[in-house]
Amino acid sequence: MESPYRDTFRIWGYRFGIGEKTLAIVGAMRGDEVHQQFVCAQLVSKLESMERDGMIAPGQEILVIPSANPFSMNVEKRFWALDGTDINRMFPGYDLGETTQRIASGVFEAIKDYKYGIQLASSYQTGEFMPHVRLLKTGFEDVETAKLFGLPYVYVRAPKPFDTTTLNYNWQIWDTKACSIYAGKNNDVSPEACQVPVNAIMRFIVNVGIADFASGANRPSFNTIVLDDQDLVTINSPAAGIFQNLCSPGHEVSKGEIIARIIDPYDGSVRSEIASPCDGVVFHLLGKPLTLLHTPIFMIRKYQ
Amino acid sequence: MIKTIFETDLPVDEQFSIKKNTITNGSGKKRICIVTGTHGDELEGQFICFQLQKEILEEIDMLDGTVEVYPALNPMGIDSITRGIPNFDLDMNRIFPGNPEGTVAEQTAAAIVADLSGADLVIDIHSSNIFLREVPQARINVMTAETLVPYARHMNVNFIWVHDAATVLEATLAHSLNSRGTPTIVVELGVGMRINHYYGKNMVLGIKNLMKEMGMWKGQVDSSRIVEPIVSQGDSVSFVNAPASGIFSTETHNESIVEEGDSLGQIIDPLSGAVIEDVKAPCRGYLFTIRAYPVCYEGSLLARIHRLV
Ligand SMILES: [Zn+2]
Repeated sequence: MESPYRDTFRIWGYRFGIGEKTLAIVGAMRGDEVHQQFVCAQLVSKLESMERDGMIAPGQEILVIPSANPFSMNVEKRFWALDGTDINRMFPGYDLGETTQRIASGVFEAIKDYKYGIQLASSYQTGEFMPHVRLLKTGFEDVETAKLFGLPYVYVRAPKPFDTTTLNYNWQIWDTKACSIYAGKNNDVSPEACQVPVNAIMRFIVNVGIADFASGANRPSFNTIVLDDQDLVTINSPAAGIFQNLCSPGHEVSKGEIIARIIDPYDGSVRSEIASPCDGVVFHLLGKPLTLLHTPIFMIRKYQ
Repeated sequence: MIKTIFETDLPVDEQFSIKKNTITNGSGKKRICIVTGTHGDELEGQFICFQLQKEILEEIDMLDGTVEVYPALNPMGIDSITRGIPNFDLDMNRIFPGNPEGTVAEQTAAAIVADLSGADLVIDIHSSNIFLREVPQARINVMTAETLVPYARHMNVNFIWVHDAATVLEATLAHSLNSRGTPTIVVELGVGMRINHYYGKNMVLGIKNLMKEMGMWKGQVDSSRIVEPIVSQGDSVSFVNAPASGIFSTETHNESIVEEGDSLGQIIDPLSGAVIEDVKAPCRGYLFTIRAYPVCYEGSLLARIHRLV
């Protein structure tokens, strides 16, 4: 697509192997998903050398799309800069519709026939998550396949109304075994942050038989735990103010333990102390220093 | 009487509140509510709220019932030139009916729905966005058309668009109220970030005309200025999307009948001086939406036409 004054808008895909459409991977769809784009770039680099070394199983094809939205990234906007729309609310897309519907349609056309689909996602909730594979409960979700990433958790979430326009939802409806990977923070390109998702996807590639790749990294280091909404307890902020967090994702907490404070931004007094309501592990926490009343600030995976 | 219907703390000192003004006179029990400012960049409703109250207060004896005005459902958005709710990066018209135990945004939505429920009529005034210029029109879901079109006919709108249900629109204020039995009409007029006084005064006249019809207004309404709307039903609207990217330049006016093949404007390239595309009407019809923001990408909406035979 041409633009009024910028360069041509282009979406690049990298194909590896020849044969059946086996796996498609989509990276950044929003301008602040540099982490997701970087993870895809690492995968492209690894897959290139694997293809050269003949390690990709015959008859299987992998497609990697590192970015569906280079225009937003280049101007440091999260959404489509002209009209503020979100490509990940436009699926399955419409090739005669608005600009971002056309982009979604072009992407979906290229990826919809693959057997497996992976999206490197970022949540509408800000903050940090425990690394996990996320599936939507559409009736088409495949929990066993999701376990093959060897990440600590598989989270099966009930869809909300807006989910019907996301890539993950439409991919599942169109019969791709689709999932989203949440492992890292937007804009974080540190080696540590990218290692987890890159290794998880490489493990998946080996475990479903797309490549033969003998390395320590392909063995799951966890017994993946499957969660649904009932296993997660959400803690809402009891007050507005400065959110001072005392733990990080993966932190084990016991019932009654103080895990955060809400501080008065003028006199430093403690407005509220937040105690964990149960024994468990911090699964998600708010990534911002300010909070309003009743803003979800933690999700705790409770122990039974 | 000004009343706060919802209030909460912001992180640093400030109070967040949603307010309404109530004007009551006579013994009539009817209640009409005018709400606007869900989208912080839509300002046509600001003038309508002001002008309607001014005119009613000038002839307060003519009022028989209650008029309630809610000028800012998204006050943070209006004050910061933000379409959505600033703290949540969220379109407020996608969170209704809200949740009294939820986030501040959800609590606000729940308080608004609770306060409006039971009104005899709610008019939710929008003004498109910064991209499109709209003739004064009522937008009505086909499922509520039977109840709402008769009201809308008296409102001095040029156009009534009865559209099909879409799942994503379930979270709108209008849907939430209509499904709770409180009739709610969505009005769109003008363009974002601007006030069109001519449209605003016509809308005030329309609201008074409707109040007269409902038995709430005993004053004079100049019926010669009330227009008979075009009613569009059954998927008879054509969308014109940009066939190319560039600068959309148009002198075409809304509220006009266009013939198939008429030029609606041109997509031009100021760098080379070339015309990239001459955009033509795909059908004969009534033009009720035209693009106001010149920069367009392939796919940007340029116009909407109600097809006429
Ligand atoms: Zn609006």
